[in-house]
Amino acid sequence: MNIDPRLLRQARVAQAAILLTLLFGLAGGLLIILQAGNLGALIARVFLGGQDLQQVSGLLKWLLVIFFLRAGVTLGSEVAANAVAVQVKAGLRELLLEKFIRLGPAFQTRHESGDLTAAALQGVENLDAYFSQFLPQIILAAFIPLSILAAVFPRDLLSGVVLLVTAPLIPIFMVLIGKLAEVLTKRQFTALRRMSVFFLDTMQGLTTLKALGQSRNRTEKINTVSEHYRRATMSVLQTTFLSALVLELVGTLSTAVVAVEIGLRLLHGQLGFEQALFILIVAPEFYLPLRMLGQRFHAGMSGVAAARNIFEILDTPETAARSQSRSVLRMPADENAWIDRPICFEGVSFQFPGREEAVLKDVSFCIQPGEMIAVVGRSGAGKSTLAHLLLGFIQPTSGKIRAGYQRMQDIPIEAWRHQIAWVSQQPVLFSGSLLDNMRIANQGTELSEITRAAKEAEFLEVVDSLPLGWDTPIGEGGMRLSGGQAQRLALARAFLRDAPFLVLDEPTAHLDPRQEVLLTEATRRLCTGRTVFVIAHRLQTVREADNILVLEDGRLVEMGDHSELVRKNGAYVRLLRAGQEEG
Amino acid sequence: MKTFLQLLGFLRPFLGGIGLSVLASTATIASSIGLLGTSAFLISSAALQPSIAALQVAIVGVRFFGISRGVFRYLERLSSHSINFKLLANMRVWFYQALEPLSPARLISYQSGDLLQRAVGDIEVLENFYVRVIAPPLAAILITLGVGLLFGSWNPSLEGVLISGLLLGGIAVPIITYHMGRNPGQTLVKVRAEMSASYVETLQGLADLLAYGQETAVRQRLGNLEQKLSAAQMRLAWAGGSGNALGQMTANLTLLMVLIIAIPLVSTGKLEGVFLAVISLVVLASFEAVSPLPQAAQMLEACLASARRLFELADLEPAVKEPPKPLPAPAAGAISLRNITFRYDESLLPVLQQVDLSLPPGRKIALVGPSGAGKSTIMALLMRFWEPNSGTIVLDENDYRLYRSEDTRRIFALVSQSTYLFTATLRQNLLLAKADADEADLVRVLDQAGLQDWFRQLPGGLDTWLGERGQQMSGGERQRLAVARMLLQDAQIVLLDEPTAHLDAITERQLIETLHAVLVNRTVLWATHNLVAMDWMDEIVVLDGGQVVEHGTHDRLLQSSGLYAHLWKIQNSELIPDL
Repeated sequence: MNIDPRLLRQARVAQAAILLTLLFGLAGGLLIILQAGNLGALIARVFLGGQDLQQVSGLLKWLLVIFFLRAGVTLGSEVAANAVAVQVKAGLRELLLEKFIRLGPAFQTRHESGDLTAAALQGVENLDAYFSQFLPQIILAAFIPLSILAAVFPRDLLSGVVLLVTAPLIPIFMVLIGKLAEVLTKRQFTALRRMSVFFLDTMQGLTTLKALGQSRNRTEKINTVSEHYRRATMSVLQTTFLSALVLELVGTLSTAVVAVEIGLRLLHGQLGFEQALFILIVAPEFYLPLRMLGQRFHAGMSGVAAARNIFEILDTPETAARSQSRSVLRMPADENAWIDRPICFEGVSFQFPGREEAVLKDVSFCIQPGEMIAVVGRSGAGKSTLAHLLLGFIQPTSGKIRAGYQRMQDIPIEAWRHQIAWVSQQPVLFSGSLLDNMRIANQGTELSEITRAAKEAEFLEVVDSLPLGWDTPIGEGGMRLSGGQAQRLALARAFLRDAPFLVLDEPTAHLDPRQEVLLTEATRRLCTGRTVFVIAHRLQTVREADNILVLEDGRLVEMGDHSELVRKNGAYVRLLRAGQEEG
Repeated sequence: MKTFLQLLGFLRPFLGGIGLSVLASTATIASSIGLLGTSAFLISSAALQPSIAALQVAIVGVRFFGISRGVFRYLERLSSHSINFKLLANMRVWFYQALEPLSPARLISYQSGDLLQRAVGDIEVLENFYVRVIAPPLAAILITLGVGLLFGSWNPSLEGVLISGLLLGGIAVPIITYHMGRNPGQTLVKVRAEMSASYVETLQGLADLLAYGQETAVRQRLGNLEQKLSAAQMRLAWAGGSGNALGQMTANLTLLMVLIIAIPLVSTGKLEGVFLAVISLVVLASFEAVSPLPQAAQMLEACLASARRLFELADLEPAVKEPPKPLPAPAAGAISLRNITFRYDESLLPVLQQVDLSLPPGRKIALVGPSGAGKSTIMALLMRFWEPNSGTIVLDENDYRLYRSEDTRRIFALVSQSTYLFTATLRQNLLLAKADADEADLVRVLDQAGLQDWFRQLPGGLDTWLGERGQQMSGGERQRLAVARMLLQDAQIVLLDEPTAHLDAITERQLIETLHAVLVNRTVLWATHNLVAMDWMDEIVVLDGGQVVEHGTHDRLLQSSGLYAHLWKIQNSELIPDL
């Protein structure tokens, strides 16, 4: 019943809170019994014993105490259950974050715009109901009926048997009907989901509808689609509600059976009134937690579904791990020295785990310090995989990357990346001020340094034109930078980083000519005096490169400078012609 | 209050159904009360050991209520859900109709963010308005009246205590619970949104963050958020738990008060002893009626907040006013902009200043200039998404504003920078352009738009599902699909608003080639910042800072060495290699 063992294992982080939830559940059951016993005795003494208020005042006081204790238990169990949820969620999110960091950006780009990952993170919130409602309810459903049974059996065997026999009917029906209802409900939820997607789609495409002169006809369509879904859903709900009816009936009819059965035996003097009243009072309390479990079933179901997503990500195979061995002898100073040596790819292949075809096949080349290397190729040829390997986001499946005599995997990744500045094609800006976005490259730098970097990247004019200057908020709810401005901000970050090795992914689409000039000049300045590895989309860039790598389907097919490759009249020339003439 | 009344208005068509559903829900609770009441009566009477015949009525009552609760509950759920779906459908239609005239001018800020998504979500929140907000209090009132009458028949002070208890539980407890939960609840929603935005941002920017060695900073930032979130949730748990405890306490204390009053009545013989157990169990059972009310209070607030946002949006003034007595739809004719000035907002600088432009039939005009020069704005004015602040657009020698906006829009086919594809089949996406097009037409335009190879490999042909907003199509394919739609529309004038802006150089050239082929004899206005194949145009209009700075043919503009010649030079040093 929806108790995913892996999910429960996650709950181990919240042991104390779970224990508290258990204790409160148990206490709640005992208090119900105490209250019923007390109330039964009170009424029996007044009704049959003829006692007055004075004589039962002791029982009344006890009742008051029990009421206060019950209120405390109600509060406590809510708090404890939420504490479980809070701790488990925090634990899962931490696991996910570490996994994402280990999987690196390649994983993000493989799943369409990181849909899955976002879903998983929101899925963690969906688990809330599982841990704060469903799981505690299971505990209650186990404890309360059992303690009530324990109290009823000594008082009246027959009623105990009736309760014992009818109780399993609820979970049994729940499972039987639940299986059927689950399928139906799931289908219906998908249908409803589709309905709301359709509506959102219509709203978002309103301008297009309007431009096509279709916006008015759409009202009718919304109406028909809604009506269609209403009918379909109602016919299914008739069945699922029927299942709820059966569950309800088990509870109320059993109470009625117990009432009549004890009433008749009272009549024949086979049972005392106090015991009978006790049983009548606890009978509904006996079924309540079981029925509530049915209501929370859905929270459990969506929790398990969310968990499946999460575990799927946690189980994603990672590319070969970096060498963790500390046994490799190296001087601390050595860590940064790699940059002065040529970086060589030796027979490097890369294949995403679980994919048939390799993205890179047996690629070998060297980057000499101070050189500018350009990579060209059609999209999907493996250009960005090369960049990801250089940045250490992924590890080669076979072959190796060396800096001089040292293997890349033996150099601590932080030290490796410390020497690299990376400018991506679509720089990501984070919510925060412009200044925060610059400081990502180098925390704790002086403003004067930042201003100098911005000036070199032709970005300072943008900052100066803003009334709030560096403090202008960007991202969600803040200013939007144009494509060209964002590019130059990314360059400014790289200037600020001032690393000797630059990995650059040029924008593919054209900016308008003015932006283009600014960007080209800033990029050229950035490249001066650095070792550069550029994924090139500009002819000007390749012409200036010392060495051009031409990739075709993951293979390095040509290498050389512009004039050599033009003379060769091979893949490189074909690629340029494609850009030229096919259009 | 106004929002509440406005919301109530949506319920009006369903008054009959609502009445029935409230009655069913009242009968459900009444059945539980009846079951426990008659049971208590049964065993109390049995304890006095009368003849079995004296118990028959009570036994029948117990059996009846044992069954009726489930049945009434079933009826109630069925009727309330049916009302809900109809309500939701009506609201969607209402909202769509309210938004249609506002698009796109007033919705720009909504479409860019996920605000529109929120509006759609808001409508779904309102789904709860009837079931969780309106129905429970009505049932609670009926139950309170019913048990009040019952208790009144025994003793007025019993009635007084029970009704006071129910009022406390139905009004005071929800209000207190609501106030306790309000602040932590709002904080929780805010932190949750912040958290989810933060994660999305982190994941999207993972490459940059890792490259710049920001792992620790990321862990710290997200860790802090996690702590804030946990704290907010725990505060809410304390508030929620206290609310539950308070509600339970109210019911139990009412029972205690009732006992304190009833016991002397029994002792003095003013109340028959058999009723003592009945009274006790009925008190506890009747609180079932008020227990959903704290949730109703919370839901009411959520519904009002959602409704307020929706009404606010629906009450916006459309940017384009329709003429009271429109001229008949315009026939073919020349269109011209005369002395147009336009700003998006009073507080902003004008985007267009005194622009003149005329587009006679058959002519091809290019609008060029740096981004922000006002090219797209001219397109939007022609499509009548906005109205100019001054100057006029003249069509067929009449002021544009004298026609219905729908009629003027019909003379244009627009291909914009990014094409919106609906989550539907290829056929449905195409038919939007021309509802009565036949299969041959569709295949023909796909061919003309250069999509023949793509189309041939589709598994389901025209009925292939394009998926969520056509995401699995490449940028070039999407733009070509827009071209196919444009061809289907067969409008007099083709507006191209930087259709190649988001494409790479190769795809761009291919698409331009296609456009040249299909637009041979058409009237075209083509906005672009990329100066490719400009000699194909009859006239080039150069915009800068919202003003026309130059116009003429490609050759003449190159000779005059103005802005156009400058832009041309920059671009060509980029794109033509000397192979």
